[in-house]
Amino acid sequence: MLPEKLRAIFRKENGAVAHSGAGPRYSSPPAGVSARKVTKKDGSTIRQSRGLEQFFFDIRDVVGLSVLDLAGANQDNIDFLIDLGHKVYTQDLVRSIDEAFGRDMAEQANASRIEYFLKQNFDYPKDTFDGVMLWDSLQFMSPALLTATVERLYEVMRPKSYLLAFFSASERVTEVPSYLFRIVDNKTIHLTERGMRPTGQVFNNRNLEKLFGKFGSVKFFLTRENLREIIVRR
Amino acid sequence: MSSTPHRMPEPESRGTATIGKAVRVVGQIFTKEDLYVDGDVEGTIESQENKVTIGPNGRVQASIRARDVIILGQVQGNVETSDKVDIRKDAKLVGDITTSRISIEDGALFKGSIDIKKPEPKPAVAATVGQPAQPRPAEASVAATGAARN
Repeated sequence: MLPEKLRAIFRKENGAVAHSGAGPRYSSPPAGVSARKVTKKDGSTIRQSRGLEQFFFDIRDVVGLSVLDLAGANQDNIDFLIDLGHKVYTQDLVRSIDEAFGRDMAEQANASRIEYFLKQNFDYPKDTFDGVMLWDSLQFMSPALLTATVERLYEVMRPKSYLLAFFSASERVTEVPSYLFRIVDNKTIHLTERGMRPTGQVFNNRNLEKLFGKFGSVKFFLTRENLREIIVRR
Repeated sequence: MSSTPHRMPEPESRGTATIGKAVRVVGQIFTKEDLYVDGDVEGTIESQENKVTIGPNGRVQASIRARDVIILGQVQGNVETSDKVDIRKDAKLVGDITTSRISIEDGALFKGSIDIKKPEPKPAVAATVGQPAQPRPAEASVAATGAARN
């Protein structure tokens, strides 16, 4: 019989799941990651992600997939995806937003600039990707840019492929921190903050379902960090 | 992510051709020795058995084929190596990579795809001389995934 404290440590404390999938594949956390969230000395955070776990569960047991990682090139994500046997496409979408529009959200409504942005960043043949990891990038887009980007993503993703995205669950904030995301393992991410940024709009479940209405399904995971992690099936 | 100290490749070492930072080349470059590019190149660079280094002042709009490629400057074009691509801090690469191994330092900007290919098999002579060489764990992992994909 374990004492209550020990039982609490071993007890699974997952976030609320709106639509539960099949049983996910669990791996042992890396050394030093025994809790759901660990803050390091440099201020970065390591935490578990049900969304990431579900993403890798959904594309499990298949090699040779084309995965688009929009966190920006980093050795951890590249090594993880390559070790799974996938072809990796990488770019820093938040940086691309800044390069195309600057920090002024109003610039993101300019139709010709949106077209140029899509040409620069999503100029891929139809049905190219089996998985897309958007991380938190979509929440920094204005409604016009967001709609155009999601439509373009629909085109470049294969049917039955998956998309991972994070959104702030708070409906009151107008600014949220932007992060660099590194994959630690199939259900753990290392986040390094890279400053506050204005959000383009409020992202509640209804808005997100509407945004991805053309896609097959949307699955939500609400984290303790007041974040909506979503998995969208094309 | 690399914690190793930042090393500046030595451009003046023996057996290395150098394109200095005041030089601009438009066309095809073929070399049978290592190449250090610190100037502007537009076209193609090919050095199949050797190493190509793009220095911090290098601005290359070219496809590069070599054994190893080290990038400290800016490259726009596809990179294909038989061994390793090394993208250092502050480097910028826009293009697709085909390689056996890759290293990207924090602070580097890369936009494109990475295709890991199976290393070419060693000549069979090694087996007759002694024990066949065992791959290191990391190489074995890449080889296995490459085989599954191809």
